Amino acid sequence: MADAKVIPFDDDRSRAGAAPRPQRRRSVGSRRKGADSALGEVQPLPGRPVPQDDGPVTEQKPVTDDTPEPQDDGGLERRIAGGLSFLRRRLTGDYEVDDFGYDEELTDQVLMSLLRPVYEKYFRVEVKGVENIPSEGGALIVANHSGTLPLDGLMMQVAVHDHHPAGRHLRLLAADLVFMLPVVNELARKLGHTLACAEDAERLLGQGELVGVMPEGFKGIGKPFGERYKLQRFGRGGFVSTALRKRAPIIPCSIVGAEEIYPMIGNAKTLARLLGFPYFPLTPTFPWLGPLGAIPLPTKWTIQFGEPIHTDGYPPEAAEDPMLMFNLTDQVREQIQHTLYKLLVQRRSVFF
Amino acid sequence: MLVTGVARQLGGRFVRRIQRDPQVDRVVAVDAVPPEHHLGGADFIQADIRQPTIARVLAETGADTVVHMDVTGTALGSGSRTTVKETNVIGTMQLLGACQKSPTVKRLVVKSSTNVYGSAPRDPAVFTETTPPKSLPSGGFAKDTVEVEGYVRGFARRRPDVAVCVLRFANILGPTADTPLASYFSLPVLPTVLGYDPRLQFVHEDDVIEVLRIASHEPARGTLNSGTFNIAGDGVLLLSQCARRLGRPTVPLLLPAVTWAGSLVRTLGMTDFSPEQIRLLTHGRVVATDQMRETLGFRPKYTTAETFEDFSRSRGPGLLPPEALAGAVDRVAELALPGSGHLPTQSAN
Repeated sequence: MADAKVIPFDDDRSRAGAAPRPQRRRSVGSRRKGADSALGEVQPLPGRPVPQDDGPVTEQKPVTDDTPEPQDDGGLERRIAGGLSFLRRRLTGDYEVDDFGYDEELTDQVLMSLLRPVYEKYFRVEVKGVENIPSEGGALIVANHSGTLPLDGLMMQVAVHDHHPAGRHLRLLAADLVFMLPVVNELARKLGHTLACAEDAERLLGQGELVGVMPEGFKGIGKPFGERYKLQRFGRGGFVSTALRKRAPIIPCSIVGAEEIYPMIGNAKTLARLLGFPYFPLTPTFPWLGPLGAIPLPTKWTIQFGEPIHTDGYPPEAAEDPMLMFNLTDQVREQIQHTLYKLLVQRRSVFF
Repeated sequence: MLVTGVARQLGGRFVRRIQRDPQVDRVVAVDAVPPEHHLGGADFIQADIRQPTIARVLAETGADTVVHMDVTGTALGSGSRTTVKETNVIGTMQLLGACQKSPTVKRLVVKSSTNVYGSAPRDPAVFTETTPPKSLPSGGFAKDTVEVEGYVRGFARRRPDVAVCVLRFANILGPTADTPLASYFSLPVLPTVLGYDPRLQFVHEDDVIEVLRIASHEPARGTLNSGTFNIAGDGVLLLSQCARRLGRPTVPLLLPAVTWAGSLVRTLGMTDFSPEQIRLLTHGRVVATDQMRETLGFRPKYTTAETFEDFSRSRGPGLLPPEALAGAVDRVAELALPGSGHLPTQSAN
């Protein structure tokens, strides 16, 4: 793993099937477009009675006029009715959140609809191996982390949400910085993210949730462009002992494409320290072009979920065994790194 | 049985309730000021728990159970923060000293608060009884409770024969609760911190009385009522949800502005908008209640949402009653979908 600069080959044989890939979501997407045109008609209506709306959530209301199951018979009416009842529930606070602040309804109907265009149209994410995620019970997805901004986590969440046959929700573990920033922390909690600590991870796995973690942390996401696709140290391997304690399978996940969205060529360390961030990226466009420079490059992504590593064969005291922990951590890391190389070899170009 | 802090609504209610229990022969109610409400048939003794007289009271009454409810965040009537702190900390020390000398005391119940965990972005989302706080509360009521619990732990070590139960209550709400959070929710417009939507947990005052009863009697079979327990209703409400259910508009302010406004309001003496209150309304706090269910054997009657509903019923409608908003949406539905009458999903209102 000495040299990570495996840059695109003209090896497109394996990608022949990629273009006409029958994507389940695509049809939904086109239907969604229909919903959007319907939205144009109905938008003025919900806009009128809510001049008193108070929260930021209500501002996103009009987007929600597309309901999850638009049916063809009187689909428009149903959509309007569904949208209005959603609006009504939101306005009167008549919805549920879990202990972590996860707002499933808001995530499914609003936040996912906002992320989906980025996922489908901008990064054109291709998902492989989604069948490796069990359809029930706790499991820990371990992925590589890159891209300066944690877009890879969000895209992984959309990938699981849209492609898993059982419609599972991924609960990501995020850095504490996320929960210190205003607005970001609110959205992260509503998306079902929580702080990356053993207590929260164990609680979520114990509830049978699908938990996503990126053990590289800031070391991975804030590494310079020259070190792309070179996995960093996997923390202290805390994720392995958590999975062992809860006997949850570990699913390695490799994300290709996120490394190039913001090629980080420099790091303004003083500025970062001043702002309290772990790094302050300098890319060819940011901050030179101002906010325009913060637009990620439209790379083509591939997310591959690997074969699960089962942990239920180990005795309960295994979680306390540092040797086993290191071995398992290395195994997961190797598997992700290996898959990354394989995907990179198969990739035609960064953007297509 | 000896109960402190009975001049407050909650203490008074507990004294009235506990006398109906057959195991209780006599209830001695103690507070520094005479209560305005009646205490049923309990004997009221006016004694300041900050003074050593409490030891004499305890010795003379020969109480076997002490319920310490005089750990509170706000002053009763006109009292400064210093008096509250003294009552909380010095009062607890005096009371524990008295208990240590008393040969009759067999059981001690202390009303604490989930404030001991603080609220910080670096804390786990759900606190269990053993979670150490990442940042210890720096002052105010939260620090008082931390210190009170420290003294109680010391007492439990020195008197292993006494069953000690510390109950950490989440925010207490209910029709008559006079907690800082209740007065916050009574504001016509709720100031919130911009960009934060804290998770809140409530416990109903009826449940508070009930769990105090469980803790102050002999444990039922299969349960254990000594130790530290989080007490909270099931589920979580976000502050934005609370505001909508109450029908009160929110005004998001920047965090420094909220801190400044809080200190201004405090100086004017309008409401106790303390720094820890602001921290709670910024980062929120959720505790795990598995111990309460499994070890203490207590199941709250009210969930967090039901507690809040009961509370909001008692407060009257706000500026934006949810029913009116729901009605407005229904009217739009009528306009948009003539003939379809009602919406497919009716809300619980």
